[in-house]
Amino acid sequence: MPRFIALPALCLLLAASAARAAPDTYALPEPTAQFKAPPDAGHAAGFQAAQENCQTCHSADYVAMQPPRKGPAFWDAEVAKMVKVYHAPIEAEQAKAIAAYLGATY
Amino acid sequence: MMDRRSLLAVLAAGAGSRALAPLSAAADETATLPFGNGERPLVAYPGKRPLLQMTARPPQLETPFAVFDAGAITPNDAFFVRYHLADIPTEIDPQAFRVAVTGHVERPLDLSLADIKALPGQTEIVAVNQCSGNSRGFFEPRMAGGQLANGAMGCARWTGVPLRSVLDRAGVKAGAVQVSFGGLDGPVLPETPDFTKALPLDQANDGEVLLAWGMNGQDLPWLNGFPLRLVVPGYYGTYWVKHLNAVTVLDKPFEGFWMKTAYRIPDNACACTEPGKAPDKTVPIGRFNVRSFVTNLADGAQVKAGRVPLRGIAFDGGSGIKAVEISTDDGKTWNPARLGQDLGRYAFRTWTAEADLAPGPYALRVRATGNDGGTQPMEPRWNPAGYMRNVVETTRIRAA
Repeated sequence: MPRFIALPALCLLLAASAARAAPDTYALPEPTAQFKAPPDAGHAAGFQAAQENCQTCHSADYVAMQPPRKGPAFWDAEVAKMVKVYHAPIEAEQAKAIAAYLGATY
Repeated sequence: MMDRRSLLAVLAAGAGSRALAPLSAAADETATLPFGNGERPLVAYPGKRPLLQMTARPPQLETPFAVFDAGAITPNDAFFVRYHLADIPTEIDPQAFRVAVTGHVERPLDLSLADIKALPGQTEIVAVNQCSGNSRGFFEPRMAGGQLANGAMGCARWTGVPLRSVLDRAGVKAGAVQVSFGGLDGPVLPETPDFTKALPLDQANDGEVLLAWGMNGQDLPWLNGFPLRLVVPGYYGTYWVKHLNAVTVLDKPFEGFWMKTAYRIPDNACACTEPGKAPDKTVPIGRFNVRSFVTNLADGAQVKAGRVPLRGIAFDGGSGIKAVEISTDDGKTWNPARLGQDLGRYAFRTWTAEADLAPGPYALRVRATGNDGGTQPMEPRWNPAGYMRNVVETTRIRAA
């Protein structure tokens, strides 16, 4: 479990800014996580398709945080959920390639 | 959308190496949660201290567990963040903000924040908000979803008006059965089911469900639902709709994805199944079960042999904490802890205890019991979605 070290100065600063009228804009930090390169060239197309499609709706850390080495069935189900439930516009062929890449890489 | 997508694709394609510097200056520290793929950058979002970034888009931020040792109230800048869909409002004019109250009502309303603040019954309640999937990363076998340790919970003092005041003003028509709730956040693709939740009318009218604008005496933080959110004391965070701008009274049960398919638990007393098995029947997730934690010692800690102070927190779904017990011998024998200040039956209840520890290893266990008799199982339960974990926690330490 990580230990958090309190920064009194930072807390004071935040308390001071929170006392002002609430802001009406919010600067969301941009995602920085990237998809991992596949273990072999056979998954290059799936890697490419993952990069081009998945990040329309979510950052790559959604994939990286999942339990390690869950295998093809787990990733088939995840990609199917993205297409069927969340209506990601991904062709069946591409979905298959993405799932295979994820299963082989994560 | 296409612009962003193309940009991301270019970024992704060009970044086989770690050439891109993180855009957030605070992301140079990483914490590792104690399960596979548990590495999390510590990122300071505007208005937040560095939190464990589970995902960036949409943002999901977990509270570092040591925060819970500082007291029963979780500071606003440390409170966890959970979104489902990435179209998050980044510009809100509090003057122009309106809540539409529609559906099966006599008088549809379009309420400003000032209108809401002027409704009868303004009140405060100290209540825990906890993610349904808090602690999911500890389930075994593991499952897909947000891979959280124990930090997707927090306790705050919420200021608002009862939802009942809003419903009374609108005049609920006979035959109404549920109320649904929507917020300003939404999906990137219009085809993706928007995040909408529903409560039974009786619960919506119970006087405890609030439309809240205040959190610990300040405006809600942006990422916790500024300028208005639903507060559903004792219920999992999925119902605490953020950026609340739509309240719809329904004359038949809500059938949307986020109620009918997602956030459902096995329909049995333990909300559990045999590990790896699907349930026969499910129901929407509801109230918290009872939980307790040691907060002053982390797993793997070394302490000086002798009298060792212990402290922590406990909470349940609203019956209030009756007792907390501590075991230093992995659950063979138990001793009562002293309960701290009572901030209300929905709040974190702090506790303290001491243990006399000779040199050696110890498995500390902490177990809470609610006023309703609910307690925690010694062995973890399992369900396919990884919700409602409440096993008696174990903290392994060594006295030397």
